[in-house]
Amino acid sequence: MVHWTAEEKQLITSLWGKVNVEECGAEALARLLIVYPWTQRFFDTFGNLSSPTAIVGNPKVRAHGKKVLTSFGEAIKNLDNLKGTYSKLSELHCDKLHVDPENFRLLGDILIVVLASHFTKDFTPACQAVWQKLVGLVAHALARKYH
Amino acid sequence: MLTAEDKKLIQQVWGKLGGAEEDVGAETLWRMFCSYPPTKTYFPHFDLAQGSDQIRGHGKKVVAALGTAIKNLDNLSQALSELSNLHAYNLRVDPVNFKFLAQCLQVVLATRLGKEYTPEVHSAVDKFMSAVASVLAEKYR
Repeated sequence: MVHWTAEEKQLITSLWGKVNVEECGAEALARLLIVYPWTQRFFDTFGNLSSPTAIVGNPKVRAHGKKVLTSFGEAIKNLDNLKGTYSKLSELHCDKLHVDPENFRLLGDILIVVLASHFTKDFTPACQAVWQKLVGLVAHALARKYH
Repeated sequence: MLTAEDKKLIQQVWGKLGGAEEDVGAETLWRMFCSYPPTKTYFPHFDLAQGSDQIRGHGKKVVAALGTAIKNLDNLSQALSELSNLHAYNLRVDPVNFKFLAQCLQVVLATRLGKEYTPEVHSAVDKFMSAVASVLAEKYR
């Protein structure tokens, strides 16, 4: 059973309230594809991913990044039931998308660096610790239905 | 593999720290201890309170080593040879922890550089830290 203190929940929701989901999602996904180019293997149909500039400007990357982060927002509304929230998505990522769960961990860490660059000193060590916990749990929940 | 462009970006980023290297080192370690509590198991002999002299001192050492590495990007293996021996035969830190340190360094750099921490810089630093980790673990077995 995951346990969140009131303080941890507060650190998550107060930061999330200031996040531009579309921008942040686009940036996180773009950085995943740039920093770990092998992750591009899942996005053959996305068109031009030939350079960081192309990736950052790619409308499909932007749209998909927004989708992914919007889903993250759902997790934040359901911190006490991440497993339930991600059950169907977990099956989807295994059975249809065939995504190695390691990629969820990579994206989680990238999201944290994006948050750090946006919020700078407001992204305190305590804040980072809670968010590292969250992305770890989200990755775990997404991997849970794999077989 | 570090490209010429990566090397340039890494050196530039390090240059932007402008003397704050010690703070960067201490903060990186502190964040690592906060986000990855098991990393503390390697420091039972330390005062791990925030801002402790030992954390500052050790952070300074780590950052100095990274600084040396950055001056020797074309020959990391040789430049870090002593540290590689130390980690293999003495410290025996599980290599998974190098990733945790790297993540925290990235976060510290990102909080200090904000928008200047572009995807290209992020990528170069990630590759660099990965290369350093490889060298440090080179002689493990």
